[in-house]
Amino acid sequence: MIGRLKAFFKQFWDFGPRQNFKLGLYGPPNSGKTTLANKICLDWLGEEMGTASAIPHETREINIKEQITIKGKTGKELVFNLVDTPGIATKIDYEDFMKAGMPASKAKKRAREATKGVIESIKWLDQVDTVLVVLDCTEDPYSQVNVTIIGNLAARNIPVLIVANKIDLKKASLRKIQSAFPQYEVFGISAKYGKNMEAFYEKLFELAAK
Amino acid sequence: MVTLHFVPYTEIESLSGIGRIRKLLSLAKENKIVLLQGRLRQEEEAELIKTTMEEINKEFKGIELAVINPSQTAKDGLQKLKYDVLGYFLGDTQGLTIIGPSSIVKKIKNDPDKIELLTSEAQQAKVPRPKALKKRK
Repeated sequence: MIGRLKAFFKQFWDFGPRQNFKLGLYGPPNSGKTTLANKICLDWLGEEMGTASAIPHETREINIKEQITIKGKTGKELVFNLVDTPGIATKIDYEDFMKAGMPASKAKKRAREATKGVIESIKWLDQVDTVLVVLDCTEDPYSQVNVTIIGNLAARNIPVLIVANKIDLKKASLRKIQSAFPQYEVFGISAKYGKNMEAFYEKLFELAAK
Repeated sequence: MVTLHFVPYTEIESLSGIGRIRKLLSLAKENKIVLLQGRLRQEEEAELIKTTMEEINKEFKGIELAVINPSQTAKDGLQKLKYDVLGYFLGDTQGLTIIGPSSIVKKIKNDPDKIELLTSEAQQAKVPRPKALKKRK
């Protein structure tokens, strides 16, 4: 209801991109949310935000970087707070971390923290203003986690851009993600190698204006 | 052996959001694959994931979840409109929700037209791969 009222009044007072909004990074584990957050922070603040890893659930707490200012081609500025969230999953098994080479005690601790991280991510759905749903475009996009995240954002009237990450990989398929979510704009990048990032930052201006 | 437990929508219709989630999750925790007629609301789906995370312990490692929504599988705009109109009158009774404990259901592959359940039994029963042939020099 609040979302609808906000959208109604916004059409009368909207004269450009919003400023100082909370930009959330959502997605399943290992889709590259923290890699993207690091890339944004490196490009505009000169420092990284968190640690990225090949083992799932590396980010187990909400990380916020405040007052990131990006400049567009026309000289316009966009100021936002970046919220990097833990990956949302429906199952967490400490034995999976042990298979990745972690000792049992560390794996159990990581699993405990990861469950709390998922809960925090879901709670934060009510606090973000705009969201980048980061998906690994080498993976099957038809997972229920993806559908649930996007459906919940739509139910809250939160503007969404689907970021198809890892386009540098051979198996990458942007079309698969587009056909899974035809009503959303899908934008391909490689956060790791900085591919398509300039155009991505321009997209953020469009997203902030929604 | 895998047990499929069918839950008609009438069985959860009168329950509160959290009541529905508790009911479905308790069935999954009994190592049953739940086939729910219809769908949960979007917020309830997120709540289901959240509650699952709260319940994870040594025995229960989580769930696999898939939802078939006829509106999303519509082949064209007219068909989608038909399902949307039906959905307006029938509410969340359309479609099918599958919830399986992750100890039994390893993966649910949810293509728009079909759902494939990979169970742990099926995974164990996989025929071992034949040894790779030597490459010709």
